[in-house]
Amino acid sequence: MLRNSDSARGLTLISPPLLYAVLMLAGPLGMILMFSFVPQSDGPNTLITLQNYTEALGDPLYRQLIIRSLLISAAATAITVLLAFPIAYFISFYVPPKRKSLWLFLITIPFWTSYLIRIFLWKVILGLNGLLNTGLLKLGLINEPLEFILYNPAAVVITLAHAFAPFAILPIFVALEKIDRSLLEASQDLGESKVRTFFRVTLPLAVPGVVASVLIVFIPTVGDYVTPRLVGGSEGTMIANMIQVQFLRLDNRPMGATLSVITMICVTIISLLFVLANRRNMKART
Amino acid sequence: MTMITLDGVEKYYGDYRALRGINLTIGEGEFFSLLGPSGCGKTTLLRTIAGFEDVTTGAVTIDGKTMTNVPANKRPTNMVFQSYAIFPHLNVAENVAFGLRRRRDLNKKAKNTLVEDALDMVGLDGFGDRAAHALSGGQRQRVALARALILKPKVLLLDEPLSALDKKLREQMQSELRRLQRQVGITFILVTHDQEEALIMSDRIAVMFEGQIAQLANPQTLYRRPINRKVGEFIGVMNTLPAQVKIAVGARVSVDVAGLGPVMLTPDQCPSGAKTGETHVGIRPETMAILFDGETSDGNIANGMIHELAYYGDMTYYDVKLDGIERPVTISMKNLVGRPVLERGQRTRVRWDERSLVLFKE
Repeated sequence: MLRNSDSARGLTLISPPLLYAVLMLAGPLGMILMFSFVPQSDGPNTLITLQNYTEALGDPLYRQLIIRSLLISAAATAITVLLAFPIAYFISFYVPPKRKSLWLFLITIPFWTSYLIRIFLWKVILGLNGLLNTGLLKLGLINEPLEFILYNPAAVVITLAHAFAPFAILPIFVALEKIDRSLLEASQDLGESKVRTFFRVTLPLAVPGVVASVLIVFIPTVGDYVTPRLVGGSEGTMIANMIQVQFLRLDNRPMGATLSVITMICVTIISLLFVLANRRNMKART
Repeated sequence: MTMITLDGVEKYYGDYRALRGINLTIGEGEFFSLLGPSGCGKTTLLRTIAGFEDVTTGAVTIDGKTMTNVPANKRPTNMVFQSYAIFPHLNVAENVAFGLRRRRDLNKKAKNTLVEDALDMVGLDGFGDRAAHALSGGQRQRVALARALILKPKVLLLDEPLSALDKKLREQMQSELRRLQRQVGITFILVTHDQEEALIMSDRIAVMFEGQIAQLANPQTLYRRPINRKVGEFIGVMNTLPAQVKIAVGARVSVDVAGLGPVMLTPDQCPSGAKTGETHVGIRPETMAILFDGETSDGNIANGMIHELAYYGDMTYYDVKLDGIERPVTISMKNLVGRPVLERGQRTRVRWDERSLVLFKE
């Protein structure tokens, strides 16, 4: 069946992780998909049904939660990538080569504590008696503690942006590292200033890294569950919280599964559109 | 007319002295080469002219204007980079047009015409739509040339532009660069470590060692009258023989050369201020000749033994151990019709001409 031994060896090499991935990822995914077609307890007495989907898409609450999740995630992605770019740029262009790995290592330090603890820390910072409010009160900049900074979508965006920053920095850093420095000199030699060189050479060549960063942050944050639960309040609740409620509290597996599938489809479509738009953009310029 | 003046240029990287007191003037329309082994500072010197490195002390003047504190993008120079630095996200025409953005006086059509002319000039007409990654090494170099020349610089800087090409293509590009330089009539400054390339292409060559210019001369002078042993051995093949200067008074320089005997040299063959004492003389392989059986000569004859030989097809290079010296001398002989190729260990006579000797400064 296999035409040459090279591909056979390759397949042999990846077969253990492939098997693991299929069992652990595709299996549950298939089950979710299956559940989404199973009738709810008060649903029709058939083996499979589309009622879950009509209900999920018809209910304004679900729709609102999905849209909110996408918006919060998009905002978090935008902020993360915008903040990550200068950091990646700094490490790639201004840190001496010997120190680069040290800097990358420092960036991973937040991962040394658990995700949960980091979110609690943000609660401490943003809370009513938190670091930010006390600080501003002591400085006399405000008279009453600010209430709008915790338990709302903004708090979710801030917390997500912080948690995902390292993921965004690395792909951009890699793209910047790959840029031949003589290209930047060539641009200056041809009469462009350093700023112009950035926009005409550095940025276009960093686009693949930026696209990767956007996807790496956007895709997981849409389905984030812990952050909105802890700092989101009722206004910052996202679709994953509803899925959790459906599965664990209401024991409504079919609806939880349906919402999961719809969210996945939304994320896939948006990501594909983003990638395609970028590819067309790149083609238009070359 | 002078185009570039370097006045006491020094460059330090920390404690490392990369350029040492460089004084140099390069004329308008000159094809000038900086030649030297890697690490001799030739590329650093080129980059100080381009504006990518600032000088520690001294001054660079281009076309009468001093370039201190003038950044690379404001200098009337353009560069062809060793890696060619073709922008991978742009196609050929966009690469060539890159520097035209600032020409507000030109409309799109005029710019397109300029791009087409520039591509035409380097033999890439019709390649405008090609993607950068679809180009061969030689084509990339032509794009880099067109991209620089389209801006009509006063000086074109070339940083080892041919080192990445194979031999055939390199030779073709050498003559093409020469033709281009005559066509546009501007100053070309070429950095190279290839002495043959420098000899073929340049009007003048500066040979650099350890951040200093060792000799500045035209190709013929450089080849025939290298100033010291190091330059002589760097340019082509040079036989170096120990020698003793017996008399050095005015025009009379009498030298005793090991293996060849006593000779009288003209001032032309000696460094200025030659003194008596131990030194070396140089002699090129092609200025000596093996005397084959029956051949006679009224010139100077030395006797020796074939130590080693290398057959090149058109030429044979013999290493001959002359009687009285340990180190063999190399002699190149054309393989003419009826001329045999000698064998190792054979005794032979060597004809040499004292006019081809050059006395080195120690």
